[in-house]
Amino acid sequence: MGYTISLTAAMAVLWLLLSGHYDNTLLLGLGAGSAIFASALAWRLHILDAETSPYHKLWRFMFYWPWLLGEVVKSNIIVIRSILAPDMVLSPRMVRVKSLPRTDFARALYANSITLTPGTVSIDLDDDEIIVHAVLKELTSKNGFAEMSARCARACGEKEGGS
Amino acid sequence: MSEFLHILDALRPFLAGIVLVAGGVIVLIGASGVLRLPDFYSRLHAAGVTDTLGTLLVLLGLILFSGFTLLSAKLALVGMFLLLTSPAATHAVANAAHKAGLKPRLGTYHSNPPEDDTGETA
Amino acid sequence: MIFAANLLLMASMTLMLVRLLRGPELYDRVLAVNSFGTKTVLFLCVFAFLIERPDAIDIALLYALMNFIATIAILKFFRYRALDVALSRMQRRGER
Repeated sequence: MGYTISLTAAMAVLWLLLSGHYDNTLLLGLGAGSAIFASALAWRLHILDAETSPYHKLWRFMFYWPWLLGEVVKSNIIVIRSILAPDMVLSPRMVRVKSLPRTDFARALYANSITLTPGTVSIDLDDDEIIVHAVLKELTSKNGFAEMSARCARACGEKEGGS
Repeated sequence: MSEFLHILDALRPFLAGIVLVAGGVIVLIGASGVLRLPDFYSRLHAAGVTDTLGTLLVLLGLILFSGFTLLSAKLALVGMFLLLTSPAATHAVANAAHKAGLKPRLGTYHSNPPEDDTGETA
Repeated sequence: MIFAANLLLMASMTLMLVRLLRGPELYDRVLAVNSFGTKTVLFLCVFAFLIERPDAIDIALLYALMNFIATIAILKFFRYRALDVALSRMQRRGER
């Protein structure tokens, strides 16, 4: 029930953002109707769970995203410097990253974060490891991957330790 | 205090222009990297530069231009969609190439290899 | 300033077209199309400010969503040679 309500609220906010008309009763009514209709369809399909409607847990990610932004900027500078160098020296390599978070949501977040930071792209995800292609040697430190994994796990509400 | 805010508001268009042009330059760097890097897997990283920092800077510049309005909320929404979908699309392309058996070029790569050194792995 | 940003984005779109025409592999071309789409979204946002008609932001929003779906659709088509393959069936057969 909480998932349905939060999904409806999120879609109503999206409608208000995109329409920009707050004095037209017909448009507001249509927005409310379509938000309720769409979440009724999702409820009938039984697809409402923590993955399709994660809005009430978003406050946890408020600590993760600024850190990820800092990492993105740092690795961007490294990659841009190596692209702009007249003598381009690259050391492309495939790395297997072991320490994964346990839940599916945290794993998806982790793999997406690896891809979002330039210089590393997650290529394949197995049961217990991610295959990562990196373009430079200095971007594949074991501690960096371990820290990102731990932060993903914490952002998704996993307890410390394990895995 | 209010005077300081007033000066800040007057400076806003210039700041926005600088951020916007910096974003454009970074997008151009990413595009030239896609053209310049040697193989498919390393080109992915150059596209990632455009997708993250270029997008962020261009949209931040436009948000600074428009101020605190509904327009800037829409621009933030565009940025959110781009940042959510671009790693998924990049991973899809990379995974498809990997599954199709495209081999990455490993080892050290020099764009202008030294004359007496043939240490490049095939 | 806005005009300069527009010119820079157009130049990088042209570079993407060069990669699209030259790309030796299929995946280079898909990557070029995807990156071209990202640049188009940014270009539309900046262009809306250039002509002072903020409606173009909505088009950019739509294009951002469509670009993602188009990339996935192209990749799916070239892997299975068909678009009507259900994802659940693919997993049951053990091929990912």
